[in-house]
Amino acid sequence: MPVEIQENLLADNDRVARHNRVHFAQQGVLAVNLMGSPGSGKTAILEATARAVPERALGALSGDLATDNDASRLTAVGIRSKSITTGSACHLDARLVHDALHQFPWRELQLLFIENVGNLVCPAVYDLGQDVNVVVLSVTEGEDKPLKYPVMFLKADLVLLTKVDLLPHLPGIRIEVIERALAQTMPEPDLIPVSAVTGEGVDRWIEWLDARTKVLAAVGD
Amino acid sequence: MMLLDERGLRMHEYSVVQALLERVDAEAEARGATAVNRVQLRIGPLAGVEIDLLESAWQLCRIHTPCEEADLEIVRVKTRWTCPLCRRVIAIGGELRCDRCGIPAQLTEGDELVLERVELEVP
Repeated sequence: MPVEIQENLLADNDRVARHNRVHFAQQGVLAVNLMGSPGSGKTAILEATARAVPERALGALSGDLATDNDASRLTAVGIRSKSITTGSACHLDARLVHDALHQFPWRELQLLFIENVGNLVCPAVYDLGQDVNVVVLSVTEGEDKPLKYPVMFLKADLVLLTKVDLLPHLPGIRIEVIERALAQTMPEPDLIPVSAVTGEGVDRWIEWLDARTKVLAAVGD
Repeated sequence: MMLLDERGLRMHEYSVVQALLERVDAEAEARGATAVNRVQLRIGPLAGVEIDLLESAWQLCRIHTPCEEADLEIVRVKTRWTCPLCRRVIAIGGELRCDRCGIPAQLTEGDELVLERVELEVP
């Protein structure tokens, strides 16, 4: 007997993601899904963010394979954080985030960062209920990463190009080539060069977050 | 083993197959099926799954499930970007914008990860 189904294979995940999204919108908390390779500087950029806006209520859920090192680093700079240990899974999913939210005072936050597992493939497939996807790409990873991992960059609302303080030492890396690669994978490419060391670009990053928070508030009204 | 990456992590194709098996199992049970003969998926190049890995995960995970003997058919679709205004197809490999209308292209096909249909053995 043939049975038509025509359903997304991740329909269950997407249902939980929608549930998370409704909660974030009701509370006016901007949820940012931060993705990128291991070592791309996801935690460092959050530390720089906390230093730039110490008055804000920032929180983070950190997907970590085995340790809670990232969460400890974030707590040290005043970000309320909790780690989600994923064991052998290569990504966070909406249910892991949902369960973590129940043990985390996320309603008191203005901004919730969901620091995904370091990986440019799997996290792109799972909607967590975030408002925005931000991909962290470091200049040392090469110019062609967007072309190699199109699904990740396709889903990005913003790319943070990190470690730009290293550019003088990397003659083979040109920002305009990275921008060109992004234009081939993102229909609305948006890139902010930043350095957690010098603080370059952090103000633009904060402005970007502010603009997205306003959009969220407008939708919520 | 193919389903683990260089850090020994389970690839997400494994989770996708688990979700597939649960969905098909529920359908089979609801309809009183004794077996599943065929499962058909539709997958695009931008779905974010490697079809080879998905097939390996399928072979591994379906043991002792109603899909143990089922054929897996995967319909592959191509990526298609179009202009949301003039509906023109935008070529892959260049900027994802319509240079006539000056607006971003829209992905109209290519990110599908869909369970299309199943064939059940119903007595």
